[in-house]
Amino acid sequence: MYDLASAALDTAKIRGASYADVRVMHLRQRDLTTKNGQVGTQAQSESIGLGIRVLANGAWGFASTDRLTRQGVAACAAQAVSIAKASALAKREDVVMAPENVYVDSWQSPFRKDPFEIPLETQLALLLEADAEMRRVKGVTLTETDMQFRKIDSWFGSSIGSRIHQRKVITGCGIAATAFQGDEIQKRSYPNSFGGQHALQGYELVESLDLLKHAPVIAEEAVALHSAAQCPQKAGTMILGGSQLGLQIHESVGHPIELDRVLGQEANFAGTSFLTLDQLNKLRYASDIVNVVADARLEHGQGLGTFAYDDEGVPAQCTEIIKTGQFRGYLSNRETAHLVGLKRSSGTMRAESWNRLPIIRMTNVSLLPGTWTYGDLVADTDDGILMETNRSWSIDDRRYQFQFSTEIGWEIKGGKIGRMLKNPSYSGITTEFWNSCDAICNREHWTLWGTPNCGKGQPMQTMGTGHGASPARFRNVRIGSAFSEQ
Amino acid sequence: MSAIREINAAAASQQQLMGERELRRIADTVLRLAKSIGVAETEVHVEETISALTRFANNGIHQNVAEHTLNVSVRTQVDQRTARVTTNRTDEDSLRAAIEASLSLAHSQPKNPQLLTMTGKQRYRRVNRFIKQTAALTPEGRARAVRRACDLAVKKGQTAAGIFSSAQSQSAMSNSRGLLAAYRDTHAVFSITMQEGSAASWAKENSANVAEIDPQRLAQRASEKAHHATEARELAPGRYTVILEPAAVLDLVGFLFYDFAATALRDKRSCFNGRMGKQVFGKNISIVDDVYHPLQLGAPFDGEGIPRQRVLLVDQGVPKNLVYSRASAKLERKKPTGHGFMLPNEYGEAPMNLVFSGGKSSLEEMIACTERGLLVTRLWYIREVDPYEKIMTGMTRDGLFLVERGRVGSAVRNFRFNQSILEMLRNVEMMGPAVRATGEEAFEMVVPAMKIRDFHFSEATKF
Repeated sequence: MYDLASAALDTAKIRGASYADVRVMHLRQRDLTTKNGQVGTQAQSESIGLGIRVLANGAWGFASTDRLTRQGVAACAAQAVSIAKASALAKREDVVMAPENVYVDSWQSPFRKDPFEIPLETQLALLLEADAEMRRVKGVTLTETDMQFRKIDSWFGSSIGSRIHQRKVITGCGIAATAFQGDEIQKRSYPNSFGGQHALQGYELVESLDLLKHAPVIAEEAVALHSAAQCPQKAGTMILGGSQLGLQIHESVGHPIELDRVLGQEANFAGTSFLTLDQLNKLRYASDIVNVVADARLEHGQGLGTFAYDDEGVPAQCTEIIKTGQFRGYLSNRETAHLVGLKRSSGTMRAESWNRLPIIRMTNVSLLPGTWTYGDLVADTDDGILMETNRSWSIDDRRYQFQFSTEIGWEIKGGKIGRMLKNPSYSGITTEFWNSCDAICNREHWTLWGTPNCGKGQPMQTMGTGHGASPARFRNVRIGSAFSEQ
Repeated sequence: MSAIREINAAAASQQQLMGERELRRIADTVLRLAKSIGVAETEVHVEETISALTRFANNGIHQNVAEHTLNVSVRTQVDQRTARVTTNRTDEDSLRAAIEASLSLAHSQPKNPQLLTMTGKQRYRRVNRFIKQTAALTPEGRARAVRRACDLAVKKGQTAAGIFSSAQSQSAMSNSRGLLAAYRDTHAVFSITMQEGSAASWAKENSANVAEIDPQRLAQRASEKAHHATEARELAPGRYTVILEPAAVLDLVGFLFYDFAATALRDKRSCFNGRMGKQVFGKNISIVDDVYHPLQLGAPFDGEGIPRQRVLLVDQGVPKNLVYSRASAKLERKKPTGHGFMLPNEYGEAPMNLVFSGGKSSLEEMIACTERGLLVTRLWYIREVDPYEKIMTGMTRDGLFLVERGRVGSAVRNFRFNQSILEMLRNVEMMGPAVRATGEEAFEMVVPAMKIRDFHFSEATKF
C-alpha cells in the first residue's frame, strides 16, 4: 500500500504541491439486527481506496479514488493539485502548518476476540435470545437488537516522510424494548440508546454486556413507564447517569472546543462556538470539581476516540480542556494550532473513510472521575431526580442552550431512590449548567462511553467519539421543560 | 503517451460516469458467477457517484474535495434466507468473494417463512434528471462563484461561509429473475451563511440543474437578512404566530416521513397508529408522495425494483394511505407501492418524495396580515421528544424577526421550540406555493411557506 501512497505523493510533488499527505484505507463492516424475533439486517461491506490532500499555491485540494493502480492514484493526485490551484483563486491567506516530526510506525488496537472470527450463528443466536427475553414481557410491542463490527486498516504517508499503518477493531452492541399503549410510546434501551455501547474492542465487549440478564429488566421498565408519574416541571437537583452525562459532555464541551468551529470554518453547517479565542484560560467553564480532558491515548481507555496517530500523522495526546473548572484548551490541527499559540497540533484530525477529508474531531473527551460512591451520592440527595439513557438531544449552533430528554427517571427523596418517572427532560445554558455540578462519582462508576454517530463536515462525515463519565449531580437545573405547556 | 499525458487522460476520464453498458456488464458478471456456484436467487445493485464540493469560510475557500466511488452490492437468497454484501472491488475474484460471503451470512440465520422470492421484470416510467451542465461544473467554475459571493461579503463588511457542490450518479439493479432497472441523475447545491457581528443569515438551494441556482442572488439575500438581523432583542418565550419559510417547514415536517410506512404502523411506532382515517391535520393539509413531480428527484423504482407509485398520503387533513414494500403489502393484503428499502432490512419502506399541496399566499401577504408574530428563516438540531404526539424540539437559527402590524421589524434572539407537528399542522392559517425546499435536517421535499398560530417556544438562548 505504501507504494501506491508514494506514487500519489510523487505525482503531487511533480504537479506543484508544497505538501501532501495520503491515506489508503481498507474498511470492513458487519451489521446484524433483529426485530420482533426475526433477523432484520444481515449485511457485510468492504471498501478500499485512497484519498490525497495537497497544498498548492497556499491552498488545499483533496481527491479520492478507488482505482488502486499507479495510473489511478497518479490521476487522483493530479486532480487534487488541480483542485488546490482552483481553491487558490478564492483563498483568504496561505495555509500555515505547525511543524511535526516524521514517524514510521505500525499499530494495532488491542482486542481479545476478533468479532469477524466469531461464528455468525453465535452472534445471531445471542441477539435472538435477547430479543426473545424481551418479548416474554407482556405489553412489549417492539423488540430490537443490534451488533456492529468494524475493522479499519489505514496506511498514512506524507511528503515529510511519515509512513504509519494502523489497524482498529471496533465493536458495538445494544438492545431495546418499546411499548405502545393508549396514546404513548415508551422505550428502554441497554446499555445505551441508539445502538448501545461502542468501543475500540473486540467481541469481548459483547460478552461483557450480559444482554440476557438486562433484556427482561428493560422490557419491564418500558411497560412500567406507562403507569409512571410524569416528570415534574421545576428547578431542582438532578443526577445524571453515566451514558447521558457522556452525551452532555459531547454536546456542551466536545463540540464547542473544536477549533474549526471556533474559527468560523463550520459556520454554514455545524455552527460556531461560544468559546471565542479570548475565553481561553479566562472562562470559568464549570465548578471547581470539574476536570475534562481530550485524550486519544490508549492509557485513557479503549474508546472510539483512541488511536496512535491522527490522520495528519500527529501522535495521540492528552489535552487539558477544563481544569478545576477553568477553560484550558481547544482541539486543534496542524493548520489551526498556531492561532491559539500552540507550537504543535493536539492531534485530532480524523476522516470517516478514504474518500473524506480529515477534519478536527473529538477524541475521547472525558469528565475525570470525582470522589463520590454512587450510594453516597444518592444518600446525600434530599430531593432530586435521577435521569438515565438518552431519548433526545438538541443544542443551539453556538452551543449555549441545550435540552435533553431521557428514557427513564427516578424520584429521589430523603436520600433514597423512589418512584419511576416518565418523560424526563432538562435544559439549560452550558456554562451555568457545568458550574452547578457539585458531585461526581469515582472511578469505580466511570465508563468510557462510545458515541458512534457524530455528524460533522460537508460532505457529511460520521465519526465515533469517546466520552468517559461517571454519574454526577447538578443543582438548580430546569427540569421538565420539554413537556411544558403541551 | 507520456506519463503526464496518461495522468491527464485518466484525470479527465474520472469526470465521467461509466456507460450503462459497463454498469450492466458488472451486474451480469455477478449474476453469471452466482449461477455458476448454484445460488438460487441473486440480486445486484451497482452504484457509481462522482461528486465535488467546494467549501468556503471567512471569505475564502478552505476545503475543496472530489470523489469517485463505485459500489457493487450483492444479495443472495437461499432456502428462505437472505443476506447482503457490498464491495467496491469489481474484479471477478472480489465479486465472487462477495457472493460467497453473502451466502455464508445467509446460511447462518434461521429460515424466514415470510421471505418472498425476488421480483421479476418490471416496467418503469422514464424520468430525465441528468443535466450535462451540472456534470460539467469544474473546480474553477465553483471557485469563481464562491469568489463573487465572498467579494460581496467583504464589500458589505460581512463574513461568508458555505458550500458549492455538484454530483452525478447512476445506479443499476438486476436479479436472476430478469429484473433490470437503471437510473442516473445530477445534483447541485449552493448554501451560504453571511455573518455580520454576532448576527447571521442563510440561504440555500439545490437542483438537478446547476443553471437553476443563482449563487449571487442567494448571497445577496443572506447578506441583506444578516444585516437586518443585527441588534437582536430578547423576547419572552411563549406561544407565537410564526411564518415559517420553506426550509423551516421542511426540516420539521420531514420528521413525519417514516410514520407513513406500513411497517411502522405494524411495529406500533408510527404517530398514525389509531389515527388513520381521522381528522388529524387541518383541512388545508394534503400530502402525496410523488417521485414524478417536476420538482422532485430520485429513481422511478425502489430498493426492491418495484416501480414507484404516486400515493395520496393525507387528503384534506385525513391520513388516508400508507406506503408498502412487497413484504408489508403481503402482510396487509395490499399491493406494493414502490417504496421498499433494499433487503434485508427491518424498516420496510418509507415515502421519500413528499409533496405538500401548498397554497397561493406569498410570504409578503402572510407578513402583511400578521398583527404580531415571528418570521423564521430556518430551524436547527431538531429531535423527537415524543414519538406519538410527534413533539419535536429544536432551535431557530440564522434570522428570526419580529413581525408587527404587517411589517418585518427587529431581529429577535433565537428560541428553543417544543412543538407537536400534529398540532402545528392543525394550526396552519396560510400557505405559499409548494417549492423544492432544502434544509439540513430532512431530505429535500416540496413544501410551502406556512403561517401557523400558537407555535410553542419554550426558552431563549443568548444570541
